[in-house]
Amino acid sequence: MTLTLEIIGISVLWLFLFLYVIVASIDFGAGFFNAYSAFTNKQHILTNIIQRYLSPVWEVTNVFFVFFFVGIIGFFPQTAFYYGTTLLVPASIALVLLAIRGSYYAFATYGAKINHRGYIYMYGLSGLLLPAALSPVLAISEGGFINMVDGNPQLDYWALFTSPLMWSIVVLSLTAVLYISAVFLTWYANKAGDVKATDLMRKYALIWAGPAIITATGIIYELRGHSPEHYENLIGLWWVFAISFLLFAGTVYLIWKRRNYGLAFILLVGQFFTAFFAYGFSHFPYLLYPYLTIYDSFTNETMAIALIVAFIAGLGLLLPSLYLLFRLFLFDKEYVKGKSDYHA
Amino acid sequence: MVFEDTALLSRILTLLTLSFHIIYATIGVGVPLMIMIAQWVGIKKNDDHYILMARRWARGFVITVAVGVVTGTAIGLQLSLLWPNFMQVAGNVIALPLFMEVFAFFFEAIFLGIYLYTWDRFEDQRKHLLLLIPVALGAAASSVFITIVNAFMNSPQGFEVLNGELVNVSPFLAIFNPAMPTKVAHVVATAFLTCAFLLASIAALRMIRGSNHIYHKKALHLTMKLGLVFAIATAIIGDFSGKYLAEYQPEKLAAAEWHFETEEGADLVLFGVLDGEEPKYAIRIPYALSILAHGLPDSEVTGLNEFPKDEVPPLWIHYLFDTMVSIGMWLAFISFVYFVASWRGWKFIKQKWFLWLTLISGPLALVAIEAGWWFTEVGRQPWILRGYMTVEEAATTSGQVDLMIILFAGLYFILGIGTIVVLLRMYKRNPIEKELADREAQRDGGKE
Ligand code: HDD
Ligand code: HEM
Ligand code: HEM
Repeated sequence: MTLTLEIIGISVLWLFLFLYVIVASIDFGAGFFNAYSAFTNKQHILTNIIQRYLSPVWEVTNVFFVFFFVGIIGFFPQTAFYYGTTLLVPASIALVLLAIRGSYYAFATYGAKINHRGYIYMYGLSGLLLPAALSPVLAISEGGFINMVDGNPQLDYWALFTSPLMWSIVVLSLTAVLYISAVFLTWYANKAGDVKATDLMRKYALIWAGPAIITATGIIYELRGHSPEHYENLIGLWWVFAISFLLFAGTVYLIWKRRNYGLAFILLVGQFFTAFFAYGFSHFPYLLYPYLTIYDSFTNETMAIALIVAFIAGLGLLLPSLYLLFRLFLFDKEYVKGKSDYHA
Repeated sequence: MVFEDTALLSRILTLLTLSFHIIYATIGVGVPLMIMIAQWVGIKKNDDHYILMARRWARGFVITVAVGVVTGTAIGLQLSLLWPNFMQVAGNVIALPLFMEVFAFFFEAIFLGIYLYTWDRFEDQRKHLLLLIPVALGAAASSVFITIVNAFMNSPQGFEVLNGELVNVSPFLAIFNPAMPTKVAHVVATAFLTCAFLLASIAALRMIRGSNHIYHKKALHLTMKLGLVFAIATAIIGDFSGKYLAEYQPEKLAAAEWHFETEEGADLVLFGVLDGEEPKYAIRIPYALSILAHGLPDSEVTGLNEFPKDEVPPLWIHYLFDTMVSIGMWLAFISFVYFVASWRGWKFIKQKWFLWLTLISGPLALVAIEAGWWFTEVGRQPWILRGYMTVEEAATTSGQVDLMIILFAGLYFILGIGTIVVLLRMYKRNPIEKELADREAQRDGGKE
């Protein structure tokens, strides 16, 4: 495998998808924990943190998602034909769920503070339903769920909904969201000096660590039956998964010992990064088994180069801006502690 | 049969989403500039009222932006979901501006987050104002990029079709297509125009409700002056748009003007009804169509007789065009009257009837935006990519579009109502008089 334009394109997209998975998990999970603590009457321990950290950044989170689906049409236009035709219903449901979250920020945290309980629950629930609505795409890409009817792709819902692979991916996405979010919020709450919230989130992080790792292993098992070829590739990369597991153990250890939550979160990002890329690598070269590979669906060379140049230029603009954003809202002690309120 | 149906349903859903998104998108493009101007005037004149104006506008803006992001994400995905065959071609030729648009979104979203959460965090107000510049630039850039894509749909170039394959693709030729200059300029100018009038409407509303506060007078004065500038710009650019159409999409102009036979010295037909090929009860302005099309009273304007029947867009776009142009004239007129009257010190502009006329102008501008887009999009029929691909060919084959229409109609209904309720509540709970008094109190109580 040499470094071709195709590889650059898919790597860029996979990287941004990874970033979306991390930032969106934090967002989705926080909403769920918030709703749960409202449900158990824990006086909205988390509400403050959600307003301090998530409200200024959720639009940026959303752009990572937009980046992925616009970028994939740009680099691999044929995906529009296969995935565009088949995903109408699941993607539309995901859009409605995203709308619930967006409108919660708009109407409940910025605006007139409509803090109706039902709304908080809907916001929390949408955080769980979204990964469940988005992650089946990963199962679909394994092949076996799309049939060609009169030359047009059609999604076989029955096969999809009865597939253990699809359900194990959904369960993994749920546990991963809750785990990632809990580890991050433990760190953030600790920075804010909020002992109660830290303890609560630490407890959640430890609770969800086990299910997260078990469901991840479950997928590998399911793949063995569903896509032997993909499974072989995965096993060939066993050492990357071993590293990923060590990083996981590191995170859990630090959280358990109440030490260095920042490092714990970094290890967690490392854990998911290694696993996510090993998974992507083993999927290579298929975008949709067996119809689409990154080679036959690739755009023309001129466009590919133009997109990559635009990407590099865009990154030059993006990275300093993101740095500024995080410096102000993640690393600024005063702000994180909630000492000062500067909202318009 | 089924095939045709999904094309129609996809059109309806696209129409629904875009017509809804465009309201928020227009506000998203124009309002940052208005906030910037108000804050700048406030800093320069050292006048707290203008600073507060910027701050209050910004508060409302957050809410519309959030809904804009949600609906924009919807249309972004729907383009691939509903028009997969078109997007496959588009991805090969016009993906570059779509991709660059994402970076504009990033830029806007990041700095908007920072701007909103840093009020009074800096000693120097000017630093805070600086943060708004990337927001305004990002928003304008995103409208520029997406409009380029739309311009490409109207006058595609930068590729060749050889045995059904796309070859010789040039992303830059595709971007700099003939429709692009007028379209981009017109869209951006009308967004500014619309926002100036929407904000003027709010000021007028407060004054009608009996508030005598100087704050509203300042707001009205500022926005009406900006409105005049952009109304003139819009009319001039609109005229260029007409010339573009005459040159590159004559069938659209001819359909809009009920211009059936190619002729010299053509009349402009305003309103009326169609009786066969004969406009009735219409206002006819002699030579005006020739002037709009080519700048000369006796130039020749292509008529519908030169096109095959199945490539002629629906003739009812005439009303959309008339609506847009009439509203454009009205906005230029009322802001001009306001300008002259306030210069000469005439009092009638403070009277209720004039304020009412100002009040309706903001919503009218939004109507013009909708009419303009419907005109352009329906006027492109039957093509999705003019001359290359029809709407039928582009549409999805998925059978569930009808259910999705119901789903999204419900969603937009709730989002629309939500926006209105939340905005009203926000300003009712914190009227300007109260906010000014609070600030006074805070200042008298010594620095925090
Ligand atoms: C406040 C909104 C508004 C106002 C007052 C006007 N327009 Fe407009 N017009 C638009 C908002 C708009 C728009 C929504 O921005 C459109 C739709 C698509 C586009 O490119 O711009 C548009 C399109 C559009 C087109 C079609 C371009 C194309 O299909 O490529 C023409 C010929 C004009 N306009 C001409 C005018 C003229 C002569 C006006 C006289 C004052 C005018 N417009 C006022
Ligand atoms: C700027 C980028 C835009 C793109 C890429 C785009 C794309 C499309 C597509 C693919 C269709 C379906 C094909 C058709 O019916 O012609 C369509 C139709 C339509 N679009 Fe656009 N559009 C854009 C802007 C807008 C905007 C901002 C509006 C605002 C209201 C709009 C209004 C419509 C309407 C009303 C239709 C339905 C036309 C019909 O039913 O005949 N479009 N557009
Ligand atoms: C086919 C047409 C369109 C598509 C696919 C589209 C796509 C999008 C997307 C994906 C977003 C959300 C970005 C985010 O996550 O931050 C968005 C927001 C936005 N769009 Fe659209 N858009 C379309 C038409 C337009 C038009 C015609 C304009 C301007 C005239 C426009 C201006 C904006 C602006 C300024 C925003 C930022 C949010 C806001 O300030 O309201 N869009 N759009």
